[in-house]
Amino acid sequence: MYSYLVLRVVAKLLMPFIMLFGLYVQFHGDFGPGGGFQAGVIFAAGFILYALIFGLQNASRVLPRGILRFGIALGVLLYAGVGVYNLLVGGKYLDYNVMAQNAVHGQHLGILLVELGVGITVTSVMVMVFFTFARHRQTKGDDQDGGSRPL
Amino acid sequence: MTEHLAALQVVIPLICAPLCMLVRYRDWSWIVALFGSWSCLVISWLLLQQVMTGGIISYHMGDWAPPLGIEYRVDTVNAFVLLIVSAIGAVVTPYARESVRAEFGVNRVYLFYTSYMLCFCGLLGVTITGDAFNLFVFLEISSLSSYVLIAMGKDRRALTAAYQYLVLGTIGATFIVIGIGLLFAETGTLNMADLAERLADKPLSRTIGAAFGFLVVGISLKLALFPLHLWLPNAYTYAPSVVSAFLAATATKVAVYVLLRFLFTIFDVKLSFGVMPLDSILLVLAVIAMFAASAVAIFQPNLKRMLAYSSVAQIGYMILGISFANVNGVAAGILHLFNHALMKGGMFLALGCFFYRIASVNLDDMAGIGRRMPWTMAAFVVGGLGLIGVPLTVGFISKWYLVLGAFERGWWFAAALVLLCSLLAVVYIWRVVEVAYLKPAPENAPDIEDAPPSMLIPTWILIGASIYYGINTDLTVGAAKLAAQQLLGAG
Repeated sequence: MYSYLVLRVVAKLLMPFIMLFGLYVQFHGDFGPGGGFQAGVIFAAGFILYALIFGLQNASRVLPRGILRFGIALGVLLYAGVGVYNLLVGGKYLDYNVMAQNAVHGQHLGILLVELGVGITVTSVMVMVFFTFARHRQTKGDDQDGGSRPL
Repeated sequence: MTEHLAALQVVIPLICAPLCMLVRYRDWSWIVALFGSWSCLVISWLLLQQVMTGGIISYHMGDWAPPLGIEYRVDTVNAFVLLIVSAIGAVVTPYARESVRAEFGVNRVYLFYTSYMLCFCGLLGVTITGDAFNLFVFLEISSLSSYVLIAMGKDRRALTAAYQYLVLGTIGATFIVIGIGLLFAETGTLNMADLAERLADKPLSRTIGAAFGFLVVGISLKLALFPLHLWLPNAYTYAPSVVSAFLAATATKVAVYVLLRFLFTIFDVKLSFGVMPLDSILLVLAVIAMFAASAVAIFQPNLKRMLAYSSVAQIGYMILGISFANVNGVAAGILHLFNHALMKGGMFLALGCFFYRIASVNLDDMAGIGRRMPWTMAAFVVGGLGLIGVPLTVGFISKWYLVLGAFERGWWFAAALVLLCSLLAVVYIWRVVEVAYLKPAPENAPDIEDAPPSMLIPTWILIGASIYYGINTDLTVGAAKLAAQQLLGAG
């Protein structure tokens, strides 16, 4: 795929817009349609496009497996951690009202962080699934162990 | 913090799961899991105490009031099931350290603890929630992670077993969500207490009838009621030892709880057992499960598979108790949840000990094992006595209340069938005893020690508990009866 000039140029051109749109969907989710899940899928689609055009090697240099693994865990921790923070400052679990000086600000901040957590985890999981299948395909034949390669 | 116990019950394992993934060094992730499971045990114990003295606990997630917000609702029924699940988790985790190290590649140990904590979180969530859709979400969390756990088995057939479970489990989950969707269409609410109230006012419509059908079939698939049990034997046989023990003692139990919740709390008893002929359907299926699965168990060369079929039969006992739809019968069903979790969990752990030493759980390889691994084999035999229902074991207590329930209902033949089915259990347990104690060990058998203490002690805790609660029944029978009264009274 590396030799197709048109694809490479178009992919490079598209990349910032995909990322920007991802950010828009991520942080606009509390006002309109969107949110962490959708944004995570858009981000991941960007990375997958990059991997398709420029190869798995380059893509995994951008997002090494260690970072992906960290991202998967971090997103869940962020989500659950927001809830625990609410407990500690005197509210119910995931009661964002207590997070800031007033309830409206609190709700705003709370949902922003929670959705960010969702976005991080969804991006990481999607890219990880893609990498795992793609690598499995590449190494098929000499990999006797089948799909049991650790993450 | 005590008012937040209901939330923490689910949140602690939810946080432990990603932590297990972050601290990749194997013992660290084990320590995280150990912390998670033990603190959950403490929480569930405190919750049960609170419920027994203070009545129902209702926790509003995010401070959104039900029925719109998600409510966690703890009464005696689910407090008891929470205690079962977290107690099994707390016993299995210390055992897991050695066993997982031996059965997994070192690189994959942390993945095991991550999925294990997620599964634990899902099972606790299913049990504690008071919201029908939330229940479905947690059911999916626990199911998806249990597919992963089963697929981690060393045997390559674990993959097909997990896949088979995935397909059937997904069909079950789909049926459940269709049922919940139909109820939502009919009533406009997802909160269980609210659902029960609104359904009580409505005449039986086709929508409610269809929802009832979908839910019963979907949940029956999850709890492996005959003839929907086909996923279970393979899944338990090829899963890693720890996973077999954990799932056998918790996953199907939680599904039985869900069935109880829907039949008695959400739908009216009059609908479940009066308008719908569910009592005779469950009775017939339960009896077939007891006999067919016990009979199949007798002919299994692989002991894990034998115990898996025996589990199908024991689930038959629980469903039989529920089909009586009276206090003694339902109490026997709930009691057997607890008792069977102890016995079967302990026996699967004992098999894990054998696997740790001789790398096989086939009956042929176990000749003379009773003398080579005396403590492990003794645990297995005591658990087996419980399955048979010998007095002074928990199995006897369950069967006693089952028989009482049968007489109360006037189904004396069911009582006779329970006793008759115990004889089949005698046969399959005796097969193992005969090979393990009466056959000489092969000449070339390597010298082996008994299992390491970190595995033997958890096994004996469960087996010891199965004796203790066979003698001292205050806690179990008390809680089960109270739970049954609440379920039937609410209906």
